[in-house]
Amino acid sequence: MELVSPGFGLIFWMLVSFSILLFITFKFIWPAILGGLKEREDEIANSLEEAKKAREEMKNLQSDNQALIKEAKNQRDEILKEAKTLKEDILKEAKQQATLEGQRLVEESKKRIQQEKMAAITELKNEVADLSISIAEKLIKTELSADTKKKDLMDKLIKDADKQLN
Amino acid sequence: MILKHIKLLLIALTISGFALKSSVAHTDHTHEHNENIHEVADEEAFDAGKMIIEHVVDSYEWHILNWGHTHVSVPLPILIWHDGQLLSFMSSAFVDHDTHHKVPVFFDANGAMIHYDGHGPNAAFALAILQDGSHKGKIAYIDVNKYMASHEIVEITEGGLPWDFSITKNVVALWFSIILMLWIFVSVAKSYKTRKGMAPKGMQSVVEPLIVFVRDDIAKSSIGEKNYQKYVPYLLTIFFFIFFNNLLGLIPIIPGGANLTGNIAVTGVLALFTFVITTFSANKNYWVHIVNTPGVPWWLKFPIPLMPIVEIMGVFTKPFVLMVRLFANITAGHIIVLGFMSLIFIFGAMSPVAGYGVSIVSVAFAIFMSVLEFLVALIQAYVFTLLSALYFGAALEEHH
Repeated sequence: MELVSPGFGLIFWMLVSFSILLFITFKFIWPAILGGLKEREDEIANSLEEAKKAREEMKNLQSDNQALIKEAKNQRDEILKEAKTLKEDILKEAKQQATLEGQRLVEESKKRIQQEKMAAITELKNEVADLSISIAEKLIKTELSADTKKKDLMDKLIKDADKQLN
Repeated sequence: MILKHIKLLLIALTISGFALKSSVAHTDHTHEHNENIHEVADEEAFDAGKMIIEHVVDSYEWHILNWGHTHVSVPLPILIWHDGQLLSFMSSAFVDHDTHHKVPVFFDANGAMIHYDGHGPNAAFALAILQDGSHKGKIAYIDVNKYMASHEIVEITEGGLPWDFSITKNVVALWFSIILMLWIFVSVAKSYKTRKGMAPKGMQSVVEPLIVFVRDDIAKSSIGEKNYQKYVPYLLTIFFFIFFNNLLGLIPIIPGGANLTGNIAVTGVLALFTFVITTFSANKNYWVHIVNTPGVPWWLKFPIPLMPIVEIMGVFTKPFVLMVRLFANITAGHIIVLGFMSLIFIFGAMSPVAGYGVSIVSVAFAIFMSVLEFLVALIQAYVFTLLSALYFGAALEEHH
C-alpha cells in the first residue's frame, strides 16, 4: 500500500517548496511575463489599429486626389472651351475687320482710280485742247503759206496727232 | 471551446483507462523468475512487481544502477525529528558496507548514532526502513531486543511513525524541477524586458504559446472575463510545474526519473492548493448552491438533507479526484514502461534467446509508451489546470 500512502516528509517539503515556488513566480516571474505579453499584444493591437487608420486616411487622400484631379480636369476643359470660344471670337472679329478693311481699301482704291481717271481725263482734255489749238495754229499758218503743201501738212499733222494720242 | 475541452478530457480519460487496465494485466504476469542469465544462481530472483514498485515509489536513496553485485546509488540525507532534536545522517547508514543487507541504525539515549558491531549495543532506540507491513518502505522505530535476538526487523507500533523530514529522492527531484523551472522562467521573464516589443525568441517562443494558452483558453474561458486575471499566475505555476515534472519523470536517468507527479503526496498538495483557493475565493452564491441547491425538489433537501450532503461531498471529492487522476495517470504510464522492461528479464530467465527476442518487442512498445506518455504529460498538466480553473469559475459564478 506504500504507493497510495503519502510520505509525511514529502508532503512537508512539497508544501514548503511549492509555496516558495508560488511566491517567487507570483512576485517576479508571471508579472514580468504577463506584463510583457500584454504590452506586446497592446502594441500589436495599436499598430494594427494605426495601420487601419493610415489605410483609411490613404483612402481619403486618394479620393481627395481624385476629386482634385477631376476638378483640375474640369477646369482645364473649361479653360479650353473658353479659349476656343475666344479664338473663334477673335477669328470672327479679325475676319470682320479684314472684310471691312478690304472693303474700305477697295472703296478707297475705287475712289482713287476715279480721281486718277478724272485727272487723266482732265489732262487728256487739256492735252487734246492744247493739241487742237496747236493744230489749228499750224493749220492756219500753213493755209496762209502754201496751198500745195496744205494737204501734206494736214496728213502730217493728223499723223502726229495720232502718234501723240497713241 | 467547451466541446474542445470535453474532447481532450475524453481522450485523457481513455488513455488513463487503458493505462490502468494494461498495468494491471502486466503486473499479474510478473511471477518470480530467476533474473540474470549471465549471473550465478545466488543472484536474487527477479521480481517484476517489486522492481516496478521500487521504481515508482519514493526512496531514501537515489538508485542509479546495479552492476553485477554493486549497487550504484546516491545516498540522501535522512532527517528525523526525535524528542525535540533533529537526527540527521545519510541513508547509506541503512546499508551494511560488507553484506549490502539492509540494517537498522541504532541510537543511544542522547540521540547519538551508535555503531552496531553485532554484539548487543546499549541502544535506546533504533530506526529502520520497513521491508513489509502497512508502513513498508518508511522509516520506523523498531524493537531493538527482537533485532538482537533474531535479526528480525519488528516495528514498534505504539509511538507511531517518527517525524520524518528526510530529503528523499522525490524531494531532490522536486527541488531540481523547481530550480530548473525558475532558471528557465527567469530567463524568459528577462527576455520580455530586454526584447520589449519584439517577436519572441528561443525559450521564450517555446513557453509563450503555452502561457497564452493557459491564460486565454483555460483561465479566461473557464473563470470568465471579469475575474480570471487574478488566477492566471496560479494556473500557470501548476501547469508548468506538473508539465515539467511529468517530462522529467520520463527521463530514465538522474536527475530525471523520479516519479514526482506520480506520487500521491505531491498531487495531494497540488490539489490542496486548488481546494484552498477555491474555498477562499467562493462567493455567497457558491455556498447557497451547496446548502440550498436551486432547481431541486424540496424533498431532496428536507427533512433528510440529501442534496446538501452530496454537494458537501462534492466539495471534497473535486480536489480528491484531481489528486488521484494525476497520480494514477503518471504512475500507470511508468508502470507500463517498466512492465515492458520486466518482460525482457522474465523471458530472459526462461531462455536467453527468448529474452533477446522479447527485448525487441519490449523496447519498441516501451518507446511507443514513452511517446504516448509525452502526450499524457501535456494532457494531464492541461486537465489538472483546466479543472482547477473550472472549480475557481464555479466558486465565482454569479447568481443568474
